[in-house]
Amino acid sequence: MAKELLEGNVAFAEAAIRAGCEAYFGYPITPQTEALEHMSRRMPELGRVFVQAESEVAAINMVYGAASAGARVMSSSSSPGVSLMMEGLSYIAGSEVPAVLVDIMRGGPGLGNIAPSQGDYNQIVKGGGHGDYRPIVLAPATVQELIDLTVLAFDLAEKYRWIVIVLADGSLGQMMEPAEMPSMRPIARRPDWALTGAKGRKPNLISSIYIDPAKEEVFNYKLLDKMRRIEAEEIRLRETHTDDAEIGVVAFGTAGRIAQSAVKAAREEGIKVGLLRPISLYPYPYEAVRRLSQRVKSLLVVEMNRGQMIEDVRLATDGRVPIHFYGRMGGMVPMPDEVLEAIRRVHAGETVGLPGVLA
Amino acid sequence: MSEAGMVESLIYTKPGSLTPIGTHYCPGCTHGVAHRLVAEVLEEMGVREQTIGVAPVGCSVFAYNYFNTDFAEAAHGRAPAMATGIKRLNPGSIVFTYQGDGDLASIGAAEILHVAGRGENITVIFVNNAIYGMTGGQMAPTTLPGQRTTSSPLGRDVETQGFPFKMCEVLSQMDGSAYVVRRSLHDVANIRKAKKALRTAFEVQRAGLGFSMVELLSSCPTNWGISAPAALTWIEEHMIPAFPLGDYKVHPAAAALEKAGK
Repeated sequence: MAKELLEGNVAFAEAAIRAGCEAYFGYPITPQTEALEHMSRRMPELGRVFVQAESEVAAINMVYGAASAGARVMSSSSSPGVSLMMEGLSYIAGSEVPAVLVDIMRGGPGLGNIAPSQGDYNQIVKGGGHGDYRPIVLAPATVQELIDLTVLAFDLAEKYRWIVIVLADGSLGQMMEPAEMPSMRPIARRPDWALTGAKGRKPNLISSIYIDPAKEEVFNYKLLDKMRRIEAEEIRLRETHTDDAEIGVVAFGTAGRIAQSAVKAAREEGIKVGLLRPISLYPYPYEAVRRLSQRVKSLLVVEMNRGQMIEDVRLATDGRVPIHFYGRMGGMVPMPDEVLEAIRRVHAGETVGLPGVLA
Repeated sequence: MSEAGMVESLIYTKPGSLTPIGTHYCPGCTHGVAHRLVAEVLEEMGVREQTIGVAPVGCSVFAYNYFNTDFAEAAHGRAPAMATGIKRLNPGSIVFTYQGDGDLASIGAAEILHVAGRGENITVIFVNNAIYGMTGGQMAPTTLPGQRTTSSPLGRDVETQGFPFKMCEVLSQMDGSAYVVRRSLHDVANIRKAKKALRTAFEVQRAGLGFSMVELLSSCPTNWGISAPAALTWIEEHMIPAFPLGDYKVHPAAAALEKAGK
């Protein structure tokens, strides 16, 4: 299909439809509401399910129900709404039903604002709701990636019977850029474990209860095994100019895209700098960051938060190289020039970082 | 009497919609009666194989063990939302939630209001025993004024702890509600009426008329701290005056179903 000028929120909603999403449940929240609006128009005309829920709490539990019925199902929201979904996500994980969620992050904490942010990194990447689980997290940097990763999210959710969260931010949700939609896939058959009525078979049960702690532990081992498989098979990242780099920039999503411009400009100034952009945030590309840290003299982490990903970079590098940080918070988006200046300072041997988050 | 003269005649068995295992409920608890009534209705309607139940959090959290149907176990209060997802993806199936008063009227107050508001085509079995059972007898939204619980040890003081929630009265106001009635399980005559109402509620769903709910006034001798027979009397003497039995919303089409003996 040809490229079209697409807005991020509309693009991922339509991509989900093309991927065979049978049901969407959501609640309006800026800056992702266009996705809900798109679904409200498109899903009924395709004979699929759209419900505007009374809250994000209800929306995620509707997702839980539809997922239990074996359908490809999703919701989308933004940071405060996603906080409300944590309970439902935990039950979904504890029941091993596939579900897709898109979080178009905004500034916080609290009501914060509606500007782009990456402040949900810890909440999303480190595990969501209560209990021992971590959803797969995919972080796009362009509208095209937002489309492609949304489609991939459904495939991974089904493959692992797991939650996949596409973690983007308000700028990606709101921006328009040329991108290509995938072709329409057929609706998949409901799996054998789904709740469809016990016609000619034993009843199916979808539940997250293991009242016997010994059985709950066995179940947790099963989840652990699943997560080990995910960690072995689903790591995704992009590296540019890292082969001969002396400075390695690590940044995801929109921050990664901005860093890419800064890296290009720094290269033009003769600074040997490269970019590693994690696309899967869980599983995190620890090994790739470790290898990068063996080649470079220092790392610069760039984020639209106070440096939440630094902990993962630090884990990967094990103190091998100094880690610098440049970040903006509260809905402020760094300009490429700011990141370029940070690269220049690191190159000049200075220490770059926010007070308290220096490596 | 000679052995040959003894003829056994089995006149009372479990319906096929119930599993052949004993329940975990306390002696004198009416959950067992409610389960059986629902199961009998599903059996009589011949819909067991198209039914999907949604269990709550509370004493009936393990309801899925006892029904021989597909089942989901919801988060606390969220059964109506989960049932919405299930029903929208299986519009031809019979979907019911089974919820207690804490689950439905407190933590799940928003979900139950909106499932009725949407006229979601599901059936809700609302077991009201005026107390939190599973956690050991705390004050519920339906606890009566003056009723002692472990979190209202001096009796529910309406000045500081508010008034009981009357959910049939509330939900009957929603235009999406097709059938909202309150019955009691304290004696045989009322149990029979309860079963009839459950049948109508499920028929309302089968006919696609909208939201249906049967509230069942129920006993909790363990947490009320009285004997099982005394608990049944307590329903009659204390709960019914506070929660009057009756039909709160009967859509004309639902009334026609009821009249047709369905």
